[in-house]
Amino acid sequence: MNFDYFVLPFCIGALILFTILSTRYAMWIVKLPRIDKRKAWLGILKFKFIGSIWEVFRESLLHRKIFKINAMLGWMHMSFAFGWFLLIVIGAMESKFHKSRVFNMPYDPIFLRYFEHNTHGFFFAEGFTFIMDLILLILLTATILAISKRVYSNLFGLKRTTKLILGDKIALYSLWTIFPLRFLAESFTSGLYNNGGFLTGTFGNIFASFLPLQMLEYPFWWAYSSALCLFFIFLPFSRYMHIPTEIFLIYLRNCGIRTSKNHTGYTEFEIYSCSRCGICIDKCQLTDVMQNKTQGVYFIQQIRRNILSSETAYNCLLCGRCTTYCPVGIDINKVRLLKRHDFAPENGFNFNYLDEKVTVAPFEYDVIYFAGCMTHLTPTIKNSMVKILNKSGDRYIFLDKEGSICCGKPLLFAGNEKQARELKYENKKLINKTGAKTLVTSCPICYNIFKNEYNLTIEVLHHSQYIKRLIENKKITLSKSQLNVVYHDPCELSRTNNVYDEPREILNAIANLQTTNHEKDNALCCGGSLGNFVISETERNKITNNMVAKLSEHKPDVIVTACPLCKKTMNKQSDVPINDISELVSNAILQEKNY
Amino acid sequence: MKNFGYTIQNDRQIDYDKNDTKLYDFVAESEKSIRTCIFCGTCSATCTASKFTDLSLRRIILYLKRGLNESLKKEIESCMLCGKCNLACPRGVNTRNVILNIKRGIEHYEL
Ligand code: SF4
Ligand code: SF4
Ligand code: SF4
Ligand code: SF4
Repeated sequence: MNFDYFVLPFCIGALILFTILSTRYAMWIVKLPRIDKRKAWLGILKFKFIGSIWEVFRESLLHRKIFKINAMLGWMHMSFAFGWFLLIVIGAMESKFHKSRVFNMPYDPIFLRYFEHNTHGFFFAEGFTFIMDLILLILLTATILAISKRVYSNLFGLKRTTKLILGDKIALYSLWTIFPLRFLAESFTSGLYNNGGFLTGTFGNIFASFLPLQMLEYPFWWAYSSALCLFFIFLPFSRYMHIPTEIFLIYLRNCGIRTSKNHTGYTEFEIYSCSRCGICIDKCQLTDVMQNKTQGVYFIQQIRRNILSSETAYNCLLCGRCTTYCPVGIDINKVRLLKRHDFAPENGFNFNYLDEKVTVAPFEYDVIYFAGCMTHLTPTIKNSMVKILNKSGDRYIFLDKEGSICCGKPLLFAGNEKQARELKYENKKLINKTGAKTLVTSCPICYNIFKNEYNLTIEVLHHSQYIKRLIENKKITLSKSQLNVVYHDPCELSRTNNVYDEPREILNAIANLQTTNHEKDNALCCGGSLGNFVISETERNKITNNMVAKLSEHKPDVIVTACPLCKKTMNKQSDVPINDISELVSNAILQEKNY
Repeated sequence: MKNFGYTIQNDRQIDYDKNDTKLYDFVAESEKSIRTCIFCGTCSATCTASKFTDLSLRRIILYLKRGLNESLKKEIESCMLCGKCNLACPRGVNTRNVILNIKRGIEHYEL
């Protein structure tokens, strides 16, 4: 058996790491709701881990998503993760071949060069030495990249990087030393016994020419082992906790578990999977207008450290850009919403008045039109929709013609789940009374909640979808104009509900639709979001200004959107006219000629 | 005494040295924009809930400033946080946060 006292730090570190991780994970699994536990168990029977292993390979080792966002950043993450993975796997194989024994000590591969001076004469020995040196070289370049990322973060496409706490610092600095120390220790041994490959062998010879290797070799193996030990011990208290945790997160997600409305074990897995890559900071439009540390990564860090403030919880547009781009797939928006429950005022709401005051005459209708509060602030949208609906020939009821109840989504944004339920109940009653088959809304916020949280038995359409259908069914005929337009995707419609194509198809039919750099998933928030309770008017205006400038880049005649709130918000700041898609359609309706 | 149909109104004078501004201060602490309110009433005119109840945000902020905390407590209960007032306000008062914080303040001071 190979043994020297310097293997102890490594073994102790690894043992401590294993103990902490398994206790934590066990606690989180216990904290999963029963239904999620069931899903996790069933996942084993359904072989969900096979797909998960493939995903772990793609995302945790190759970091495909980070590559897509920034190649340099992706390369750094990949060379660290995949390189280290290969070092472990191939190192383990090498050590087993070397002894021709399947069972050896777990530290054997790590300190192999120290224990085995004669690496020749077994299966593929030189190949192994070469490959191990190559991997070490990749890891060394990764270390250099990581250090330079700290210094020149914009090289990696990042405007800001995150601040480190003590645990992070110790783990980070020990991580930076691990591979250089391994390189030095192996080179020194190779300088003495000539057992290295192209990298450690060459450098071993060079070092041997001017360094007293006899004296240096042993302490450097100690240093290498201690660096590993330090990294292992501080890993659970640092951002590197994401490395093991993400694997579990991927499995749980593949089993069909999602962020729920309460803080569960799954939320724990989510927040500890954040690698603090900082991508969410860059994608967040708040970054350009304020110094507050409120973006996904800071928010998650505050939860981890149990110091979440109401300000951070409520200072977010809920635009979903961070969630879309998070390479780990953390549902940051949902976590934000569930955390707002903790700060929302419980009392001081009373909606009893609704029951007696809100009524609708029962009648047989095909279509309900629900304009929503925001549409009432933009009467031209409302009037356009009325014109379109009249033209359609559908029997429709304008449910909130004289104003009605709010859909409840703004209360959900505030974290007032219970109170929102009362509004939902009333609205549902109204909707069901009409007997209609289709509910059309103009406001994407209403659309989102009606579609996803009302459990309605009837179909819910946004007006862009409804108009598209009218065109297809030839219920309205439109003329094409020569206007050059760009389309702005409203957050609640696009990223949240994937309604991308309908508005574009309509616009292609009635105008010249130009593309922009900020479309679909990459669309910007207009700044008017009802999700943010903290941001000031001035900051909102800055966000709007920035995004309007980006959309106006190619000087369109009109910026078109499909949301009354976006329209109202952009209108205040834009030189280019802003229209809702319904307004354009209403103008394009061909008047039937009376012969 | 003969009843001529006249009554003496209760004294409605507000003593600004004595009024109870703790709730106002609590709100203004976390939502500074409330200080810029000019009581124009745009918020009340556009309010979704005012169709059904006599909710008026303008009046609520006025009460708040005058320390008439008891009077606003009931009135604010019917707000649905819909946000129309936020968009309509010409002074950029962050009305929804004002409303949330009034509720938080009421809870905090157990009013
Ligand atoms: S939340 Fe996602 S995007 Fe943001 S730092 Fe964490 S892993 Fe990166
Ligand atoms: S949801 Fe939007 S505003 Fe909120 S943190 Fe993410 S990117 Fe920023
Ligand atoms: S609209 Fe604004 S300024 Fe006018 S009363 Fe309401 S809160 Fe005050
Ligand atoms: S948020 Fe409240 S006060 Fe403001 S318009 Fe809506 S219901 Fe009225």
